[in-house]
Amino acid sequence: MTARQPLKLESPQDPPALSDRAIDNLRFIRETMERAGSFTAISGRGIAYTGLIALGAYAVSGNDLGAPRWLSAWITAALLALITSVVATYRKARLTEAPFSDALARKLALAFLPALITGAVITAVALRAGWFVALPGVWLIMYGAAVMAGGALSTPIVPVMGATFMLLGAVTLGAPVVLATSWAEPARQALLNALMALGFGGFHLLFGVAIARRHGG
Amino acid sequence: MARRSSAARAVKVRGVGPAGNAEAPARGVAAPGTGPSDATATDLDRLIHERIRLGIVSALAVNESLSFNDLKALMATTDGNLSVHARKLEDAGYISCHKSFEGRMPKTDYALTTAGRRALERYLGHMEAIIKVTREGRQ
Repeated sequence: MTARQPLKLESPQDPPALSDRAIDNLRFIRETMERAGSFTAISGRGIAYTGLIALGAYAVSGNDLGAPRWLSAWITAALLALITSVVATYRKARLTEAPFSDALARKLALAFLPALITGAVITAVALRAGWFVALPGVWLIMYGAAVMAGGALSTPIVPVMGATFMLLGAVTLGAPVVLATSWAEPARQALLNALMALGFGGFHLLFGVAIARRHGG
Repeated sequence: MARRSSAARAVKVRGVGPAGNAEAPARGVAAPGTGPSDATATDLDRLIHERIRLGIVSALAVNESLSFNDLKALMATTDGNLSVHARKLEDAGYISCHKSFEGRMPKTDYALTTAGRRALERYLGHMEAIIKVTREGRQ
């Protein structure tokens, strides 16, 4: 029987200080909460106001999709709607003390912005090329994609809203092709503008009221 | 995925920045002069001290409920590991378990109980007290 080799102990190292472990534990708890948390401060009222702004844009834009008036009316409405939504959401987040960490803000931005930036690039190309009839469909479908992606971090109704916008966007993109021979150009453009109003106006109002009723604010 | 609880706001982790700076400690967790070792040895809730269980409780603190699969993805662990730890928390009355069917698929949802929320608050208090006492000792 061979003699057992004695254990060779490595040179002792200082154990981590107790407070370092405590700090590490607190950081772990905070990071877990951030990863598990969802953003619930989306303002239903803000979304409903966005719908009203869109209906206002529809009222003043006219139906000539190539006219500067149409473009400026909808772009102004988009900027106004963005400011309204951000202010309303910020107010709701403060009132409800909803957690809004840097990590969650970053995740929301990373989910929401790519589709919007893509939409802006396609818009610039379409304007340059004179594809004005494509704009309503592109805007609806890209906005829907942005809402659906961002909504994954929020309450379940938000991605549903995004999907609805995407569906309407697909219909709106296809409409000019389907109706190319049977409808006159002004009538087609009027229909596309009406579909914009249905989406950005009607859907926003509908979902805004639903979110306000279900989740408050 | 998850439904967020209105009560989730009740549990707040005080700021621990990237440099590991904790803010003021929780109220009355360790009496002044009590050493950090005393706090851990006598009061620390070892049930939620373990990382997976601490993660489960923390995640449920900011959600009304989370499914088994949500928690598994969040904790990046295996089915077996998660069920063992979840069972321990359930046995202690820290979380509740609700089993149902989604179509033909069984679904298990977990929620934090009042006892579990208090345990997490106590644990947070202990951690903050340890940090405070250590800092006071260094000064």
